[in-house]
Amino acid sequence: MRTLMRYLRPYRSMIIWTMVFVLLQSIANLYLPTLMSDIVNEGVVKENTPYILKIGGLMLLVSAVGAALSVGASYLASRTASGFGMRLRSSVFSHVERFSLQEFDKLGTASLITRTTNDITQLQQVLIMMLRMMVMAPMMCIGGIIMAVSKDAKLSLVIIAVIPVLALAIYLIGSKGIPYFKAMQTKIDKLNLVLREYLTGIRVVRAFNRTDHERERFDAANEDLTATSIKAAQIMAAIMPVMMLLMNVTSIAIIWFGGLRISEGHIQVGDLMAFLQYAMQILFSLMMASMMFNMLPRASASAARIREVLQTEPVIVDRDSATAAAHGPASVVFDQVSFRYPGAEKSALSGISFEALPGQVTAIIGGTGSGKTTLVSLIPRFYDVESGSVRIGGVDVRELSQEALRSRIGFVPQKALLFSGTIADNIRYGKEDATDEELCHAAEIAQASEFIAGMKDGFDSVIAQGGMNVSGGQKQRLSIARALIRKPDVYVFDDSFSALDYKTDARLRAALKDETQAATVIIVAQRVSTVMDADQIIVLEEGGVAGIGTHAELMETCGVYREIVTSQQTEEEIA
Amino acid sequence: MSEQKRGMSPGAPGAGPGPGGHKGPMGFGGPGMLSMPGQKAKNFKGTLRRLLGYLKPYRMKLTAVLLTAALSTVFGIVSPKLLGDATTKLFEGFMAKVNGVPGAAIDFAYVWHIIMVLIGLYIASSAFAYIQQYLMAGVAQKTVYTLRKQVDEKLARLPLKYFDARSHGEVMSRVVNDVDTISGTLQQSLTQMITSIITLIGVIVMMLTISPLMTLILILTLPLSFVVIRAIASRSRPHFKGQQQALGELNSHVEEMYTGHKIVKAFGREQSAVQKFDTINERLHEFAWKAQFISGIMMPLMMLVSNIGFVLVCVVGGVLVTRGSIRIGDVQAFIQYAQQFSQPITQTANIANVIQSTLAAAERVFEVLDEPEESAEPVSMAGTFSLQGHVRFEHVSFGYKEEEPLIRDMNIDVKPGMTVAIVGPTGAGKTTLVNLLMRFYEIGEGRITIDGRDIRELPRGELRSLFGMVLQDTWLFNGSIRENIAYGRAGATDEEVLQAAQAAHADHFVRTLPDGYDTILNEEASNISQGQKQLLTIARAFLADPAILILDEATSSVDTRTELLIQKAMSGLMEGRTSFVIAHRLSTIRDADLILVMNNGSVIEQGNHEELLRAGGFYAELYNSQFAGSGMAQQAG
Repeated sequence: MRTLMRYLRPYRSMIIWTMVFVLLQSIANLYLPTLMSDIVNEGVVKENTPYILKIGGLMLLVSAVGAALSVGASYLASRTASGFGMRLRSSVFSHVERFSLQEFDKLGTASLITRTTNDITQLQQVLIMMLRMMVMAPMMCIGGIIMAVSKDAKLSLVIIAVIPVLALAIYLIGSKGIPYFKAMQTKIDKLNLVLREYLTGIRVVRAFNRTDHERERFDAANEDLTATSIKAAQIMAAIMPVMMLLMNVTSIAIIWFGGLRISEGHIQVGDLMAFLQYAMQILFSLMMASMMFNMLPRASASAARIREVLQTEPVIVDRDSATAAAHGPASVVFDQVSFRYPGAEKSALSGISFEALPGQVTAIIGGTGSGKTTLVSLIPRFYDVESGSVRIGGVDVRELSQEALRSRIGFVPQKALLFSGTIADNIRYGKEDATDEELCHAAEIAQASEFIAGMKDGFDSVIAQGGMNVSGGQKQRLSIARALIRKPDVYVFDDSFSALDYKTDARLRAALKDETQAATVIIVAQRVSTVMDADQIIVLEEGGVAGIGTHAELMETCGVYREIVTSQQTEEEIA
Repeated sequence: MSEQKRGMSPGAPGAGPGPGGHKGPMGFGGPGMLSMPGQKAKNFKGTLRRLLGYLKPYRMKLTAVLLTAALSTVFGIVSPKLLGDATTKLFEGFMAKVNGVPGAAIDFAYVWHIIMVLIGLYIASSAFAYIQQYLMAGVAQKTVYTLRKQVDEKLARLPLKYFDARSHGEVMSRVVNDVDTISGTLQQSLTQMITSIITLIGVIVMMLTISPLMTLILILTLPLSFVVIRAIASRSRPHFKGQQQALGELNSHVEEMYTGHKIVKAFGREQSAVQKFDTINERLHEFAWKAQFISGIMMPLMMLVSNIGFVLVCVVGGVLVTRGSIRIGDVQAFIQYAQQFSQPITQTANIANVIQSTLAAAERVFEVLDEPEESAEPVSMAGTFSLQGHVRFEHVSFGYKEEEPLIRDMNIDVKPGMTVAIVGPTGAGKTTLVNLLMRFYEIGEGRITIDGRDIRELPRGELRSLFGMVLQDTWLFNGSIRENIAYGRAGATDEEVLQAAQAAHADHFVRTLPDGYDTILNEEASNISQGQKQLLTIARAFLADPAILILDEATSSVDTRTELLIQKAMSGLMEGRTSFVIAHRLSTIRDADLILVMNNGSVIEQGNHEELLRAGGFYAELYNSQFAGSGMAQQAG
């Protein structure tokens, strides 16, 4: 918890005040039974009605003060917990935004999302409970003990005797129940998994007529979960009755021993009645604390997950000497580049050297796992090379600031990703201050104008989260337009035409040709027809270069390339 | 996909203070914070009745629960009075001593007697409370089990239309989260409500027997409690709503920025992402602390009300004792009752909220159960005809929405063993044909026949078993490779699985995996490549040995060598079978016996390659543009 504690630091004085308020409020509450005992001892025994009324008034005053203090504590606790959540959330998010893809690979996107959202909310909730209850419980417990001892130290022994019994009972039941709760969580996950698989594969399940099989799987998971849930709930069923019994037995013991003390003349009846109230306060605060302890393991698991994020430092950071290079035509040079993913045994790329010149199209082709995407990921410095260097315009990418480097690159990823917002917003993502003309032009080149015009609101049509309301091909074209609008010095297309049909693919590439004349264009592709007319083709195999040259040259010299070509096209087309 | 992973834990510990006995000093009932006001059920009564229907099989047990809850509460309620009697005895003895009555002493024999009775009552009360909770655990969980099972079985009978129209998350949330909400309520709130009501009535009765006057005074504080509850609930609601909204916005922003991290980086937009986040975050903070604060006031204010009652009881009781109209022990008992009195009220306020949201959850579950199902199954014709795979569409019309027909009067005749290529731009609706053939969707007019038989005359299971399907978005589940292949046919032997894998050219790569056929595919099946997944689905189709095939040719994300294997495997599979191929490769298209050209969801042209080229329509244009692709340099330059 320590690392996260510093997010509480700005609220230090608020927390201290919360505690003071809660303490005072607890004292006020404890003072009430004392006053009540005065009513009995002084007022009732001596039949003094004015005194009873006077003390009654005092009690009302004490109650009002207690309530006011409590409201104050609630105010401070709410502001503290919510403020803590806000600061922590903000710093986790901006920290994660600094991550390179490497840290994303390591921690997992889904997990990072959960950590930024659910985990922090969880902590915030626990914090507010802690500020309100956890502080109150010990205060009430200590206060209650002080009051009880001051009333009658000997009678307090009853309470001292009960506390360990109560603690033991809670511990025993808890330690029996908690494993079941843990098992329950994994079984819920299992049920979810079965269901999710069924939903994603529903066509296959039905096509293979295996609905019954799936039902059995679900039923098995369901039964399993139910059995465990019942067990867990049955064990937990014991907690309340046991606690109630202990509290009630305590009160009987107090009456009995208190009676003996009264008959010996040590205390008065009013004291006994107050004492009873103190005992209940103490035991009740213990029960409250035990409930809090239930929440702690969950909170600390969340805290650990958040801490892991905050303690992960991005491996790619700007050097102090980082420069912002001038814009203009820039070659992309790979010089003996080797790279391996963290923890991987085999290099993903080894000894790659080539030069992509401005005004030329460099295509990269090769099988899955041959390292194409990895290779282009090194250009915008999503990862750092292991050895060798990647240079853009003659400067090592590591010498540039990330911002300056990436502003020169128009990157179109393999998986077209759009953000929620309008189509215009999405294209302008590449250049915030783009004019309407630029916008239309980019869409035109990307072959997107036609379908955009076909939509009801044109450029203002809203894209749903994840781009659910546009087709794969449309997404790809928008993602290309987004890169085009920047008019970058270097274009990187990572297999960005795959969802397009041949017709659109061809038209798009023809239009791109004019647009990207002065720029360095790097295209990763699967289809030979996409790369055939490139100025140079780089054939990758298992992370190494298997051949570099034009289509004609490679057909002569490179076996791997020939194989790819034959597998895709008939004789007639090659010729 | 982690949104559903954290289910709520039904029957979580700390089931709130139980019945009877002593409560906190000033009567604050557990963490008395107001929970987020839930959604409301549209049809409150109907849903409630229907939900109660699920409890019917447990009538006996529930009666026992009611009985034990009542007994436990009643025993709990009687005890303060007895405890008060003991105090009175002590007081009387004490007073006698003080007043110097000769031979005065406390009647310890009497007190002892009361204590023994009390212990008996307490043990009985706790025992009954335990039995009640214990029984309810079984009832609640079994009810939820039934509900979950029913929903799952229902899902199996729902047409695909239902699933296509909503996200997986939505369906899952109904099966998992909503059912969990119901489970929690059954486990806790139901019995809590019962005990609250009994406590309230019992306490009032006991208080009346002690002193009607004091009872009246206490009841006068009641409206005050209601005012407090209402005022706070209505004040906090807008803040809770705002909080929920801001939280939703924040979460989706995080999700979007993280999944699009590569793009954010590539375009250098980290700063604007953080800025937007901070704006939403601050808004969330404003709502959150206010919501927390206002609902947090609830507890102290209720406590104040209860303390006012406490003070009034002390004062009035004290005065009454001095006048000799009641005994001191009764005042003590009354104080304890007063504390128990305010608690059920706060609890009921909370429970009302819980019940609202539970019924809303139940309603969502029932909505699923009430969805129209696939039409009834005709009688099985298993084995009555041997299959050749002659598929005909006769005057078929269809549309996903009635007002937007996609296919009008479509006629095709696919003879056994023929290959049909389906071509067209992406998003042209090629899956529509699959949906119709497999009867995932029902056609409007006309009929589809297989070997002369209307597909609607066949049970869906039998119809679908005639087809083999290999789609691009492969579906594999979390299990071994062997199990995944064997999925093609129930009861396949290991030997058959092996043969299928060999036929699909998958055997080689499977053997290179460390655990071979026993390799477990992880949840996202990301431990094998896309192409390998396709080989496995082909093996699965081989095993199923269908008469008719529906294939989806690989376009992207498969490397050329694997693609070659897939190609080979597919042609092996297609041999002697009627095949519908969603085609991307020209050679496949050219060699097809029939080409269906689709655009915007409907079949616009059909015929073989030569015929279509001659017609000079959409297909001809499509085909030529492909050549233009290969000869780009000349044309564009």
